[in-house]
Amino acid sequence: MFKITNYLKEYKKESVIAPLFKMLEASFELFVPLVMAAIVDQGIKEQNTTYIAKMGVVLVALSLVGLLCSVTAQFFAAKASVGFGKAVRHDLFAHINRLSYAEIDRAGTSTLITRMTSDINQMQSGVNMFLRLFLRSPFIVFGAMIMAFTVDAKAALVFVVAIPLLSIVVFGIMLYSIPLYQKVQKALDRVLRMTRENLAGARVIRAFCRQEAEIQDYEEASQTLNQMQLFVGKISAMMNPVTYIIVNAALIAIIWIGGVRVEAGDLSQGDVIALVNYMSQILVELVKLANLIILLTKSMACSKRVGEIFAMEPSILEHPTGVDLEHAKDKVVFRNVTFTYEGAKEPALKDISFTAKAGQTIGIIGGTGCGKSTLVNLIPRFYDVDSGEVLVDNVNVKQYSFHQLRDRIGVVLQKAVLFHGTIAENIRWGREDATDEEVLRAVSIAQGDDVIASKENGLEEMILQGGKNLSGGQRQRLTIARALVREPEILILDDAASALDFATDAKLRQAIKEQTKGMTVFIVSQRASTIRQADQIIVLEDGMMVGNGTHEQLLADCSVYREIVESQEKNERGGVENGK
Amino acid sequence: MANKNSISRQDQKATIKRVLQFIKPYRFYVWLSLFFAFLTVVTTLYAPIVIGKAIDLIVAKGYVDFDGLMPLLVRFLIVVLGTAIAQWFMSLCNNKITYRVVKDIRTKVFAHLNQLPLKYVDNRQYGEVVSRVVNDVDQFSEGLLMGFTQLFSGIITILGTLLFMISVNLRITLVVVILTPISLFVAAFIAKRTYHMFRLQSESRGTMTAFVEEMVGNQKIVNAFGHEDAAIHQFDEMNEQLSAYSLRAIFYSSLTNPCTRFVNGVVYAGVGIVGALSAIRGNISVGQLSCFLSYANQYTKPFNEISGVVTEVQNAIACAARVFELLDEPVEEPDAVNAMVLKSRDIQKKCNISLRHVAFSYSDEKPLIQDLNLKVKKGQRVAIVGPTGCGKSTLINLLMRFYDIDDGSIAINGESIYKVTRDSLRSHYGMVLQETWLKSGTIAENIAYGKPNATRQEIVEAAKACHAHSFIKRMPDGYDTVIGEDGGTLSQGQKQLLCIARVMLELPPMLILDEATSSIDTRTEIKVQNAFAKMMKGRTSFIVAHRLSTIKEADVILVMKDGDIIEQGTHESLLEKNGFYAQLYNSQFAIS
Repeated sequence: MFKITNYLKEYKKESVIAPLFKMLEASFELFVPLVMAAIVDQGIKEQNTTYIAKMGVVLVALSLVGLLCSVTAQFFAAKASVGFGKAVRHDLFAHINRLSYAEIDRAGTSTLITRMTSDINQMQSGVNMFLRLFLRSPFIVFGAMIMAFTVDAKAALVFVVAIPLLSIVVFGIMLYSIPLYQKVQKALDRVLRMTRENLAGARVIRAFCRQEAEIQDYEEASQTLNQMQLFVGKISAMMNPVTYIIVNAALIAIIWIGGVRVEAGDLSQGDVIALVNYMSQILVELVKLANLIILLTKSMACSKRVGEIFAMEPSILEHPTGVDLEHAKDKVVFRNVTFTYEGAKEPALKDISFTAKAGQTIGIIGGTGCGKSTLVNLIPRFYDVDSGEVLVDNVNVKQYSFHQLRDRIGVVLQKAVLFHGTIAENIRWGREDATDEEVLRAVSIAQGDDVIASKENGLEEMILQGGKNLSGGQRQRLTIARALVREPEILILDDAASALDFATDAKLRQAIKEQTKGMTVFIVSQRASTIRQADQIIVLEDGMMVGNGTHEQLLADCSVYREIVESQEKNERGGVENGK
Repeated sequence: MANKNSISRQDQKATIKRVLQFIKPYRFYVWLSLFFAFLTVVTTLYAPIVIGKAIDLIVAKGYVDFDGLMPLLVRFLIVVLGTAIAQWFMSLCNNKITYRVVKDIRTKVFAHLNQLPLKYVDNRQYGEVVSRVVNDVDQFSEGLLMGFTQLFSGIITILGTLLFMISVNLRITLVVVILTPISLFVAAFIAKRTYHMFRLQSESRGTMTAFVEEMVGNQKIVNAFGHEDAAIHQFDEMNEQLSAYSLRAIFYSSLTNPCTRFVNGVVYAGVGIVGALSAIRGNISVGQLSCFLSYANQYTKPFNEISGVVTEVQNAIACAARVFELLDEPVEEPDAVNAMVLKSRDIQKKCNISLRHVAFSYSDEKPLIQDLNLKVKKGQRVAIVGPTGCGKSTLINLLMRFYDIDDGSIAINGESIYKVTRDSLRSHYGMVLQETWLKSGTIAENIAYGKPNATRQEIVEAAKACHAHSFIKRMPDGYDTVIGEDGGTLSQGQKQLLCIARVMLELPPMLILDEATSSIDTRTEIKVQNAFAKMMKGRTSFIVAHRLSTIKEADVILVMKDGDIIEQGTHESLLEKNGFYAQLYNSQFAIS
């Protein structure tokens, strides 16, 4: 469970010192009206100028001590809150990194980013203000009340009525608006998402001439946000005027009761001034408290949102210790594997069994959405199976630690993603300590020599975020190089060459075959020609394995495979007879 | 980022002027807000006078004037109620102005984004633009508008207090006037140092956001390469840096308050001493002294606020400038005034596309297309092949007028496409790209994207035509299944099928398929292509593909290399020619 207090534990010293010093400052402040009352009652009434001067010095001294206390408090509050923000940010980032595909898919990227950034910032300033004011403000409020009692118990009864009333108003407004702020934040998320989406889809939107409609949708979303903000604003704006009215009503009562008490000879004029001053102090403090509470309300809403992410448990848990690595002849084994995506009606894979021997090339082919990518995603344990088991080197993948398992696997996904940094840095994602020669060799196998050659700075060329300064085919070849550089025991190419032209694709396969001995390669493809040479071809249809064997075997006894091959040959070979 | 600080005074002025333009529609609320601010200040200032008078009526035992006290307290009550109401209305006005202006600016920026040339969008990091639209607009509105009102009420408070104080007693007023500027000076001194730290803080925040966006957005790859630890390590470094700046920024800025409060305390003591001495001499009453004391408290407050406002306004102006920078990006050249609307009737009858001496490049240094000539007749199927980066996709960018050519001409039926409206040009093309883009929404909404008023039956038919129906039916809510950002959990092929269905529904007279079926399995692809073939009958189409299956049946194959069409002809004639195409074609069979 995500708890703010847990994070402040590390800053126990700071979190105690800051409010304490703030309180100390406040208590000095509380003496000020007393001193002033003394000036009025003794200095003025008795015409004692030296007494007045002396009390004046006391006032200045009180402020000076107050200043020192306050600066100390601010420093520790800043230290604790920044430390807090840092720790939460670290943990959230680490937590998101631990989440499995399923959770990330569910949450969506853009909301994770806002929570990671602006929500935590808001929490950080909330903590800062809280540490500074949570003791100080109530302390002044109650302190002023107690001081008022020392002045006159009967008149002070006004405080006893006013303060609970104020608390009810303040907390009532706060409780009411927390869920509203959450809604506002959600509406803001939507506006953010629409902006991102619009930028990503600029081409399609224009091709369909939908700019106007998009703008209209956006305006609607903005309007919703706007109305919510106005509504919350209306409620928050009530805080100050209402407290102002209550405090001043109390002031009227004090003056009237004070008048009665003075008339009875129980109070002096200076005492009344002191009481009035205490009430004013309460007002000033309440205004601060109200602002604090608005800020806290927002922070609470944000911390709930952050808590939501922390509450997401990774559905795939890492084995705590892992097992000793051994190499087996049966490199990858699927035993009666069934797997269903979250929220899906039917399993994506049904009862799949096969064995891939070390060094073999396994082709996986089948229709769109038949489960090809899903199948290979189970090997590095990106998803957990519902039933059955996936074995690597004769050990269930669940028995390995993530590093043990994934370090041996090179994955190239359909979507070729590179990161901000140089080409070399990107390829070294595969293996950090790879030498330049090793990097170049991987690039070369991935048919990326000309990519490097075409760049002014070669390997050191900077890649923009998202790899925008490279073409799709260039990106794909570099992602393949990234997987190859780690010299994986298992290489997974998930339709990884779709942006490559036939010739390059063929050369790539050739190079992988020749230059990486002993590697077990899984090739997911829709092109029969790509996997024709594989040692074993797995044919999937609607999540079921309908064929498993070599090209020739399958041609002979798998109708689905035959259909696929025929459909492609008919189209591809046509009048040319040099196919086989 | 660097120019954030170096905005010249002139630019600042210009920015403020433009901000005022946005506020202009709400000037009624601005006046109202100022009026209420004025009211609040005056009543707030008046209240201590009433209280002071009341206290003067409570002197000592036997000297309490209850008859005089009662009306004073009633007056006070009215003043308080007035203040509270004015305060509330002022907040309402301010909220209204702030949030409305934000909304206006945001919508305007969004609309602007949709008119910017694609060149701008293609070359920007989304995160950066999004941050301008969302964060900067927010910051700017809060800072600037709140700044203005605080500035205004601050100045009124100062002037008002001065007037009230002078009317009560000149000598004590002088004490206040002489002492308070110290607090202003202190605050300004701190603000100057803080600003720098805040800038560093927001810069490192920016770096961090970009990093998080990259890592979280590509979680799968981070996982696959076991890069989590390295990412966390890198993140920690940024986090450390950010914290260091934040700590200083927060601490420095939080010094303002205690320091000015100290000055406050000194002023308070000064007023106390001088006031008490004057009271002994009988120059002022005790009630007036109490009134002065509360003024002394009030008077210094606006000074602190104003000095705080200065930093905030500076920051807000910097944010506004960033937003305006975006708004100042030149939009696509608007359609010519007398631009014609391309009529479907004409296009269906006859549709000859001709490119003459077309030259185009993305950047000045690297010319891409230099002299491209092409004629396409109605109903022709044109396939474009060539190695990666040869300009295939560029050609499509030019045909759809996503980018404007540098030289030469592109014409449909002899009429330059630059003389017709963009919308009418584009609406005659159906486009399916390799990069699938879907909107978050239901599947049905996505298919009907180009034709929002399509009936469910039309949608289902379109889905059936491209063989997407069966997988859609298996989704949890069928056609009403909501797909998340970027297509959610759909596979690449499924996304592509939806993109095709989207075009199927519209049936435009010309088609552009840029690797449209690259992620679809071949059997489905053949079915889809049959559907396309049916659909393309009589329609002009441009097809970019790697798969020869898609290419071979084309009427014309354009072989492109380095931005030029180097060969042109049918599959057979090109093979006979034994040139680049034949080489390309044979190479793939040589190995497999």
